[in-house]
Amino acid sequence: MSDLKAVTDATFEEDVIKASKPVLVDFWAEWCGPCRALTPELEKLAAAHKDKIEVVKVNVDENPAIAAKYGITSIPAVFAFKDGEKVHTSIGAKPQPALEQEFANVLS
Amino acid sequence: MTEQILPDQVHDVVIIGSGPAGYTAAVYTARANLSPVVLAGSVTAGGELMNTTEVENFPGFPEGIQGPDLMMNMEAQARRFGADIRHEDATEVKLEGTVKEITLGSGGVLHARSVILATGSAYRELGVPGEKELSGHGVSWCATCDGFFFREQVIAVVGGGDSAMEEALFLTKFASKVYVIHRRDQLRASQIMADRAKANEKIEFIWNSEVTEVRGEGQVSQLGMRSTVDDTESSLEVTGLFIAIGHDPRVGLFKDQLELTEDGTLQVDGRTSKTSLPGVFAAGDVLDPHYRQAITAAGSGCVAALDVEHYLADTADSDAAETRAAQPASV
Repeated sequence: MSDLKAVTDATFEEDVIKASKPVLVDFWAEWCGPCRALTPELEKLAAAHKDKIEVVKVNVDENPAIAAKYGITSIPAVFAFKDGEKVHTSIGAKPQPALEQEFANVLS
Repeated sequence: MTEQILPDQVHDVVIIGSGPAGYTAAVYTARANLSPVVLAGSVTAGGELMNTTEVENFPGFPEGIQGPDLMMNMEAQARRFGADIRHEDATEVKLEGTVKEITLGSGGVLHARSVILATGSAYRELGVPGEKELSGHGVSWCATCDGFFFREQVIAVVGGGDSAMEEALFLTKFASKVYVIHRRDQLRASQIMADRAKANEKIEFIWNSEVTEVRGEGQVSQLGMRSTVDDTESSLEVTGLFIAIGHDPRVGLFKDQLELTEDGTLQVDGRTSKTSLPGVFAAGDVLDPHYRQAITAAGSGCVAALDVEHYLADTADSDAAETRAAQPASV
């Protein structure tokens, strides 16, 4: 299990689109090995930048509407949202330093 | 090296990589009381088998075993004998000299008398226009991760080996049709996998063809294709493309310090695991351009562990001899 907040089709609008801070959304599924590998790295990232950003998870199995809306065809996929807009996408499991670089514009 | 390294801060062996080669080397060196440190990788722990499903050809599992389960078993077996398995990356290595230095992604540094390089291989890219841009938008290298998103769709797999057949067969659970595109007119895959793919009514083979371009606006919609026989161009409407055309050894971390073969794999001495530097050993796919099986990687990890044991015993003997020679007998 993960410390990261689980967001659903029903709560996505409230938790992500209307959030005051930038939000990183991790699209994942139980059967996806790299997704499990990515989770601890995202948890580290979330802990290191908890003043700047929020990191949440969307289970694509249980929340097909959001996954379909954003055209997810590959997981793990991490989308960065700022003021309700998608500003960056990262595909695949990556270590924390690589995530720091990729999302530098929302972390700074 | 300017700073003093105390002998008790030097590990006997550090293993970089955690596929069947790395974990087997860990089991053997741990049982030999060498207290191995395994740098399993921050997001790659368990290696390539973590992204597979049923493994039917690893001896000892008559009913087969799931790839991730096999790797978790190997990890548990190595831990049982005291291997120190860390989900960390090696970002830099200095392999010359009697004490090797390994810099970690987290910033720390490890010192070791010997190193086993079991970094495996990375999937190969097609290198055609559109592939990078549409990666994650229909272009994928992981059927078990992404097959789910292609329910009732028409998709394609490129490749003719066992991995390509496995991906294609797995994808038939979701897709309405799976094309297998291969450059030759026969498969490289093992007979059993080839037979299964050919018998599956959702799979259609496109022989003697290569993908020249991946097309689509924000999502894959079409492939540009060319015949390898007469260069005729054609196109194929698909919404997904799974690439399984082989792997390249992951040697980036140390390729400037060690000799490589023409295939780009690590050069080793005969059937041993000895690389071009003393105290540096290799195991698994990183030295193997041909076989690349879980069981050959595991065997190769065992070879490296035994070579490390001999190397450490030999260097300990010569150190002791030097110490004796340097100190006049006091008895």
